[in-house]
Amino acid sequence: MNKPAGPVRTTDTALEDIEVELFVRALKLRHGYDFSQYAPASLKRRVLQLVQSQQSGTVSTLTTRLLHEPGFLPVVLEGLSVPVSEMFRDPDVFLALREQVFPVLASYPQINIWQAGCAHGQEVYSLAILLEEAGLYERTQIYATDFNESALRHAQEGIYPAREAQLWSRNYQAAGGRHSLADYYSARYELIKLDQRLRRHVTFANHNLVADEVFCEAHLVLCRNVLIYFSDPLQDRTLALFRDSLVRGGFLCLGTRESLDFSPAAADFTPVNAPLRIYRLGSRTTGVD
Amino acid sequence: MAAPVAIVIGCSAGGLTALEILFSGLLPILPQPIAVCCHTGSATVDLMCELLARHASMPVVEARERAPLEAGVIHVAPSGYHLLVEPSRRFSLSVDERVSYARPSIDVLFESAAEAYRDTLIGVLLTGANSDGAEGLARIRRNGGLAIVQDPADAESPAMPMAALDIAGTDHCLPLAAIAPLLNRLCLP
Repeated sequence: MNKPAGPVRTTDTALEDIEVELFVRALKLRHGYDFSQYAPASLKRRVLQLVQSQQSGTVSTLTTRLLHEPGFLPVVLEGLSVPVSEMFRDPDVFLALREQVFPVLASYPQINIWQAGCAHGQEVYSLAILLEEAGLYERTQIYATDFNESALRHAQEGIYPAREAQLWSRNYQAAGGRHSLADYYSARYELIKLDQRLRRHVTFANHNLVADEVFCEAHLVLCRNVLIYFSDPLQDRTLALFRDSLVRGGFLCLGTRESLDFSPAAADFTPVNAPLRIYRLGSRTTGVD
Repeated sequence: MAAPVAIVIGCSAGGLTALEILFSGLLPILPQPIAVCCHTGSATVDLMCELLARHASMPVVEARERAPLEAGVIHVAPSGYHLLVEPSRRFSLSVDERVSYARPSIDVLFESAAEAYRDTLIGVLLTGANSDGAEGLARIRRNGGLAIVQDPADAESPAMPMAALDIAGTDHCLPLAAIAPLLNRLCLP
């Protein structure tokens, strides 16, 4: 058995933890953004990435800039929200929305949809396209919310790198798309821009799941891959917020690896498509219809 | 290191076969939870769990967010998500940017587990064609944990073990066949 000796540096992770805690505290006290209930492991990772991308050296340097440097907050918020998604991500989910959820939504004269944590808007446009193709979009209002202003601006513009288009087109087809995704965007240079007519029933608004309250009565709430970043109490709070925002029999769609199982709110929802995390408000015993 | 409480394993190209060999040698009575990050091109890891379960004497399941790491269970990172271990020693997931072109990334699993388990963690890095896992293994060692790297000469793809030896160093560098016996020896109470 050989035991190669390798370079082993020593760092003090306990010190790092203290620094991250102070950073989170500063962000709350100075700017009112509370990340204290985010799942610590991925939050720490994002903060350390911010240290790298800002070439700050230490988290404490970030904290100093956060406290004293005007204009640094948006950089931090962008770094901490890292909005990564695709159009029609998990195509099966969009297919299930089309086949299992839309037929029920069609029975409402006016349809309200809340997409919570819309990030750069890829799923908002995906949803608008599906609704358009289902003939429901004219009576739909989509509320697309995020706490990050620059993400919201990005979402409103609907401009994405052209290199994504191929994957998104495949997703769109797999989601049961009836046309070609290219019908919905124009391409120029290295970018594509989504047809801005798709935005005509979308309201982009700032809403922070950590602090803000119910603001609409929704028939469908989409919130995918947001809860995974929250600790238990914040997940529970958010799910209660969704429950209180939904009409009776309204739908909730979470990320495919997110789960209601560990939350008290599970009792309020009935699975419609459990593997794809589509639920309906109301228990089996009280009936949802 | 202190008595091991958990094991994390990373691999990439050639990883499935390597894991099959490794798991077939592990004793079913190991009390430690095992978390695995194996780069895969498939959309789900259902098939991988099924294939591995044929060779393992313990259950193989996809890791679920918020679920605790269970003793005597092999947890596999879901496809398309980073798998992390929270300080509460439960799993969490993230869809943050790829790390070393990979999601799930071995670095992300190793680094977070190193924080959660400090000097009671064993990190095992096997065959692979990129350098993912090297930084994570370094973090495990800095936190007092133990590193085991597959001998590059024995690996189907040597790049990953080589990068790990280069960046992190290791406590043991062994052919695959010798890794399960070592884990059994280290891990039995």
